[in-house]
Parts: sequence; C-alpha cells; structure tokens
Amino acid sequence: MPHAAPRTARPGTLVPLDPEAFGEREARHLLWRAGFGGTPGQIRALADLGLEGAVDHLLDYESVAYDWPSATEFDKDIMRPLSAEERRQARVARQNGNEDIVDMFRARRMRAQRDDRAQIRAMQTWWLTRMIETPRPLEEKMTLFWHGHFATGYRTIENSYHMFLQNQLFRSQAVGNFGELLFAIIRDPAMLRYLNNNASRKGEPNENLARELMELFSLGEGNYSENDIKEGARALTGYSYEDDTFVFNERNHDQGIKRILGTVGRLDGDGFVRAILARRQCAEFIAAKLYRFFCREIPLTEPDMDPVARTAVGDLAKYILRERYDIKRALRRLFLSEHFYSDAVVGEQIKSPAELVVGAIRSLGTPVRDVPTLVAALDKMGQALFQPPSVKGWAGGRSWISTSTLYTRQNILAYLLTGRTPTGYDLFGAGTYDAKPLVKALVDDPGSASPRAFGEAIAGFMLGPATTPRAVDELMTIAQRADSVTPKVAADMMLLASAMPEYQLC
Amino acid sequence: MSGSLHHNPSDANAWTRRQFVHTGLAMASAAITVPHFIQRSALAMPTTLGASSVAGVDEDKVLVVVQLSGGNDGLNTVVPFADDSYHRVRPTIAMGEREVLRLTGRGVGDVGLHPALDGLMEMYDEGLMSVVQGVGYPNPNRSHFASMDVWHTGDTNGTGDGWLGRYVDHQCCGYGKGESGRAEGTPVAPLAIGPDAPLAISGQRVKPVTFESAELFKWAAEGDKSVGDAYDRVTTTGPTDDAPADSAKSFLMRTALDARVASDTIRRAVAVEPLVRYPQTELGQQLQMVSAMIRAGMKTRVYYVSHGSFDTHAGQGGAQGQHANLLRQWGDAVRAFYQDLKAQENDRRVLTMSFSEFGRRVGQNASGGTDHGTAAPMFLFGPGVKPGVFGNQPSLQNLDEGDLKFGLDFRSVYANVLGDWLGADAREVLGQSFRATKLIRT
Repeated sequence: MPHAAPRTARPGTLVPLDPEAFGEREARHLLWRAGFGGTPGQIRALADLGLEGAVDHLLDYESVAYDWPSATEFDKDIMRPLSAEERRQARVARQNGNEDIVDMFRARRMRAQRDDRAQIRAMQTWWLTRMIETPRPLEEKMTLFWHGHFATGYRTIENSYHMFLQNQLFRSQAVGNFGELLFAIIRDPAMLRYLNNNASRKGEPNENLARELMELFSLGEGNYSENDIKEGARALTGYSYEDDTFVFNERNHDQGIKRILGTVGRLDGDGFVRAILARRQCAEFIAAKLYRFFCREIPLTEPDMDPVARTAVGDLAKYILRERYDIKRALRRLFLSEHFYSDAVVGEQIKSPAELVVGAIRSLGTPVRDVPTLVAALDKMGQALFQPPSVKGWAGGRSWISTSTLYTRQNILAYLLTGRTPTGYDLFGAGTYDAKPLVKALVDDPGSASPRAFGEAIAGFMLGPATTPRAVDELMTIAQRADSVTPKVAADMMLLASAMPEYQLC
Repeated sequence: MSGSLHHNPSDANAWTRRQFVHTGLAMASAAITVPHFIQRSALAMPTTLGASSVAGVDEDKVLVVVQLSGGNDGLNTVVPFADDSYHRVRPTIAMGEREVLRLTGRGVGDVGLHPALDGLMEMYDEGLMSVVQGVGYPNPNRSHFASMDVWHTGDTNGTGDGWLGRYVDHQCCGYGKGESGRAEGTPVAPLAIGPDAPLAISGQRVKPVTFESAELFKWAAEGDKSVGDAYDRVTTTGPTDDAPADSAKSFLMRTALDARVASDTIRRAVAVEPLVRYPQTELGQQLQMVSAMIRAGMKTRVYYVSHGSFDTHAGQGGAQGQHANLLRQWGDAVRAFYQDLKAQENDRRVLTMSFSEFGRRVGQNASGGTDHGTAAPMFLFGPGVKPGVFGNQPSLQNLDEGDLKFGLDFRSVYANVLGDWLGADAREVLGQSFRATKLIRT
C-alpha cells in the first residue's frame, strides 16, 4: 500500500482515498472502469469489500476460478504455408504451364482464405462472449487495452491463428509486466508480419517496426530521433517467424555496433527494448495511455495536458519506473487513489463500443441475444475486434461518437432490451427481457413504490453521476401513464434511459 | 465450446447484410412536416448537415464518388479491341471490335466500352463523360485493402486521413481559405451510403454521416407510443446549463440533437419520388437517395457510394457474365442518376467520379478470371467534364512483371477535382503538388 501523502498534495497526486469514503458510488465507478459495470447486487458486494478489498478482488483475478475451455478449438493449420515439396510442385507447374496444377493451388489458397475469414469471425464471437461471461472482467479489459495499444489488424496479416496467439499473449500479460510485453511483441508473428519485419535483413532493414515500437508502443513522438529508428531497425533485422513460431535468422541479423537512445553496443532486439525501458519517457507514455484508458480523455503529450492530468500521469510514471513496469501495481495505485474517485474522473468517460454492449448486458441483465449481431454492431460503432483502424489503435473518447454511431449505439441497446431492430424484431435474437430481478434490486418494495422512486432508482443506476432531475422527470412520464409500475413499464423506462445521451458516459 | 457459441459465425456477415441492407426504402408517409426541433436547432446552432441556409446554396458544387470495389478489370472496361496481344493473353474473355461500343473522337485510338455499358455510351455521346487511361501510382500494392488505403488517403503509404476528409476539414464550404469571398462558414459533413464511413471522407474535425438506408438511420423504438415522445425530448434538448460547454456530456447532447436533425432531414429528402425510374439494384437505389438529397437542397458537398465486388478471379466472362453484370449495374445507375439530376436541373452542379483500387493482370488465369493488377482507367461524369478519352492507353507489350505501367498519378485527377471543381487548394489538401489534369470545364 502506497504510503499516505500529506492532504495538501496537488490535485492529481495519487494519494490514497480515505477508506471510509468508499461507498456504492465509488464501487459503481470502479466496476465500470476496471470492468464492464455490474448489477446493483455486484456493486453492493464490491462496496462491502471496502476500498482495498474491492480493488484487490478485481486486480488479483487469478484467484477467481474461470474454467473456460482452452484454445484448442481453433484450427492453427488453415493458413499453414506450403511445404518445400508443395512449393516445388507449384513452381514446376508454373514453369511447365501446367494450368490444372496451378489452378489447384490457387483454389486451395482461396479456400483457405475463406475458411480463415470464417475463423476470425468465430474468434470475434469467442472474445466478445468471454467479455460478457467472464468473472474476471479486468483480464478482458486489459487484453482489449493491449490490443488497442499494440494494434494489429487481421485484414493485413490474413492469419486468424496469429491474431489468436497475440490475443493470448495480451491476456497472459494483461496485468503483467510491460517490459515482458515489449520483449514478446518483437517476437510476435502477427506483429512481425503487420509491421513488415519478417523480411527485414542486414543491409536492407525495414524501419516500420522500429519506428512504431518507439512512437506508438513505448516512448511517444518526439522522444527519439530518426537515427534511433535507423539503428533500431538494424537491431531488429533477422526477427522473423516460420509458421506460428518466432525465429531469429542469425544470417539476416546485423551484428554490428549500433547506438540507440544513447546506448551503444552490438544491440539486438532485446538490447533495443532494454534501451527503451531505461528511458523515463517510456514510463510516462505508458502512464498516460493507462490514465486515458481508465480515467478520462487527455492528450498523450505532456505539454498539452491540463495540470491535474500532468500531475497524475507524472505520479503514475514515477511509480511505474520504481516498480519496474509492473502493471498490476501501477493499476493498484491508480484504483486506490482519491483522484480516481474525484469528480474530474467519475462519469467523464465515453464508453467504448465494447463497454457499451458488454456493460449493458452485465449491468441490466439483458439477454445476450445473437453474439454475431453484437460483433457486427461493434464494427459499425468503430471497434471491430482484431481489426483496429490502424497501427495507432483506437483513439477513444469523443472519436467514438458521430451522428451515425450514436444511432447504432441507441439501437444496439434497444436490441438488447427488446429484441427490436430498426426494421422489426429479430428472429435470431428472440427472447424477452425480464426486468424483474433488476427492479427488485433497485427498489425495496416494487409493488408500492412511487413512479418518482422508480425514476430516481433507474436514473441513478443507469446514468450514475450524469443523472439530472430532468432525466428523472422524463422517466417518470412513462410510469405516470401506467396504473402501476409493472415490469413492462420498468423495461420502458430502461429503454428510454438507454437512449439518453447521458447513458453513453460512465 | 460453450453453449452460447452455437451460432454459425460464418453466417454472421450474411445475416447482418440481410438485416441491414435489404430494407424497404419506402417511407410510410411522404408528407412529413419539418419537426419543431429542426427549426429550433437551425436557429440555435450549425449542425452536421448545415440545416441553416446560406445564400448561394444552389451554386454549390457537389462531388459524388462511385467507388468500384474489388479491383475493376480496366482492360475489359475500356477495351483495346484492336490489340493482338490483348486477344492472345485473354483467349476466352477478350472482346472484339464487333462487340465493344467504340469510343470515337480525335486521338482516341482503337478502344471501346464494354457492351454492357450502353448507358455510359449514351453519356459519352452526349458529352457527359470523361475517361482517363492508365491511372495508378508508383510501386503499386496489389492488396485490396492496402491499395484502397492509398487511393483513399492520397498517400502512397496509405496512411493519414482521407483526402476528402482533409478537404472538408480545411477547405469546404467557405470554411478556411478555399473559397474566395466567404471567410465564414461551417464545414458540412460528407455523406456515405454504406455499412461504414469510407476512409476517403474521414477527417479530424468533421465526422461523416453514414447510413445504409434511411430507415436504419433512426432509433428502433422511435415511434413507440410509450417512449416516443419522451425520446424526442431527451435527444433534442441540446446542451444544458448543468454541464460545461466543453464537457463530454455537452458534446453528447449536441451530437444527439445533430443526429436527429440529420436523420429527419435525410428521411424527408429520400421519401420523395424520383423524377425518373432507377434500376432496382443496390447502386441504383443508393444513387436515387443521393439524387433525392441533392434535390432537397441539402448542403452536403461530398457523397460516397460503393459498388462491387469486382474481384473477378474466376469465371469473369467477356461480353456477358459476372463482370458484364457489374458493369451494367454501374452504367445504368449512373445514367439514371444524371437523367434524374437533369430533370431536377441540378445536373450542372454534380460531378461524379469512379475509380477502383487497381486494375487486373493483363493475362487471364486458368479459372477464366483475372488476378490483381495495377493501372486502370478512371471516369468522370457530368456536364462539368470535358468529354473524351484522355491519357495514354498503357502498352500491353511493355509490362512490369505482367502488369500495366501507369501513365498518370491518380492524384493528378484529385488535384483537378479539388482545384477546379470544389474550389479548394489542392496542394494544401494533398500535401504536395501534382500537375492537375484538365478534365473539368473551367
């Protein structure tokens, strides 16, 4: 537990919250940010654990049993490269103009690509289902964070199994060590392919991975030179893969002396990563990324930050360096901090598409309906799993919202709550939403509760700190039409609350 | 696998298309009055679609991009029918002089349009079409996505914002320095009909409006008796005093109102019957909607629709078949679009541009199809173009590993469209100077 700093600390300093101040408001906030929200019962249970108990429950998720079947159900051989013998056959057929054989290879490749696209869709469904069902929400949330941080797109690499392996890497290090992740990512087949390092060789280094490793993955723009990129690219020559496995092609590796970020020596990829990790800017960059993901939308570059963000990110960065890039400890400091529960942070984040969809299911208890529909909706809202828009990942925050995505957001919530789509009812996602459990959890005696009590309870639960008397009044208009607050009326109130602009916040 | 995964994931996309694409475009009632909140918001704030009127709207030029997705076979679109090597390397899919629609004109050479393009042939004869031969870019990328990114960004690495997104961000509609005479103005969002916003129209400041059909561009429970009225109120409130103007909440309240205005404006616009009959194809319906929005006086300056897939690796066909069908849908839809625009007297305001991410290889493959290639023709339509065939037909002998060498950088056409049609500073938008083609009447 970080030692308590004086109360007069600058705003943003990550001093711990007074444990007495940890109530349901704080538990709700923690569960949305470190997870995907939860039911009133889950929020209450978390609040009862107290500040440290709640934070540790979410962070030490490995002690929570989750026996999801292992990964073997995905086929790793769909995009298996041709064997040497097959390559020889194809070459001979081309030379001899044997069109039947050439055509057979073409047809085989097209079939493999088709099967692989089906498999990546299965993986999208698999991952989203995991987010919906997992008792360890932070594990999936951090896996998503790393996916956005080390963004790699399936469309470019066209190998679903490599995307899966990368996803498993992110999950295994979800709250692990950032340094370990950097060492692993320069060996990751999907990343090596995505940033064209697989063909990088001595004398002809490809600079793509070296550049993004510093610019987007560790240091941020302006904290390295063009020469560092050139030298870093030399250090990464020969880092490639065969089939599903990393290989270091010693013959293609540049053994010469390099100078990267002030470190001089016969550096290889690991030497390059160590030079990066030694920089203060690396800790600052990763601190800013974590702050932006868990707290609020801020610029990533220090001079552009508001003073509070600058203080908080600076504090977190120092701590990350001290704890040698241990992510779990860094998150613990953040989630225990008074600042994390301050008005500057609570209710100020725009939900990502995954948070919106998974959060609605987990907090309202709606039917899951049709997972492929939800996957397609994530895509339409700008967060296609395994397909970030570019190596920069998702910008997040306000960039999620446009006139078009706002309708998709409202409609996917209406779909979850009612099964209805803009064109009618969905046969695939049939099923009635039973609002009774939620109603019972929100109102002590639903039979005799007033419309206002209902409106306040639903607004408080669904809109959180964004609740206004106006929003409550609108919810009450629905209850007032009915003789009593039936489950149908309650469901209508939730439907309306889900369409309120404020519902997009958490 | 757990029970909850018993869907057939491979069907996910097919199903989604079924749900999201094949929806009736007919509106319940064409007699929709202007909702109160539109009038209110038009006074209170500029919106995505620029509902507040600005003098001179009718003079505003419109660009419509009709993207041919998947790699259209340029050689079987503008056919070098007299070239022996064309027939030699395409034994089953080549077309001869008697099949093609010969393009005439000074210096045009022996080329003809694919016979399915009789609609475009009429436009050519009426002086409404410009063909640019051999368009491409250096070190061509044969990946659909990578090459599409190059065309969308106008950057040969395929990185950065969309070229039309940058135009809208910085140069559109009197905003910035693109148009002389009006320093004030609000950029109006570009509009795409399709499943997602194309990169080409995605910028930093202005978010594109995207929808697959007008019926989907609304809340599913909108007309519901029990919640509809309250929904109207909560989504059209706009920013309120309880949150700072720059807060996330105010931003959301503003966008919600903006979305309602855009949705109602568009749905009113497309509910109107067109003046001509459109083909009952997806592209025909999309261009019918674009035409209706132009007719309704919407201030949108850039519309984007896509047609395809032209990825004809197998069984492409020649004068008839798969490729012929795709070309016919394209040509007939563009033809109807301009007949409609002419009847509206809006045709002079509208320039249409068609391109594909690459052409296809010169020789056909063993499956009666063609694989990914490089350079291909581009097309411009409308009374604003200089009609004819421009640029050089790439040589079928002097190839680069079996592919055509490009003769003209596509950004020269972009520069022409930006500078001479949209009145923008092309250099500013494209980040470097390109010698603009002269395909636009000035």
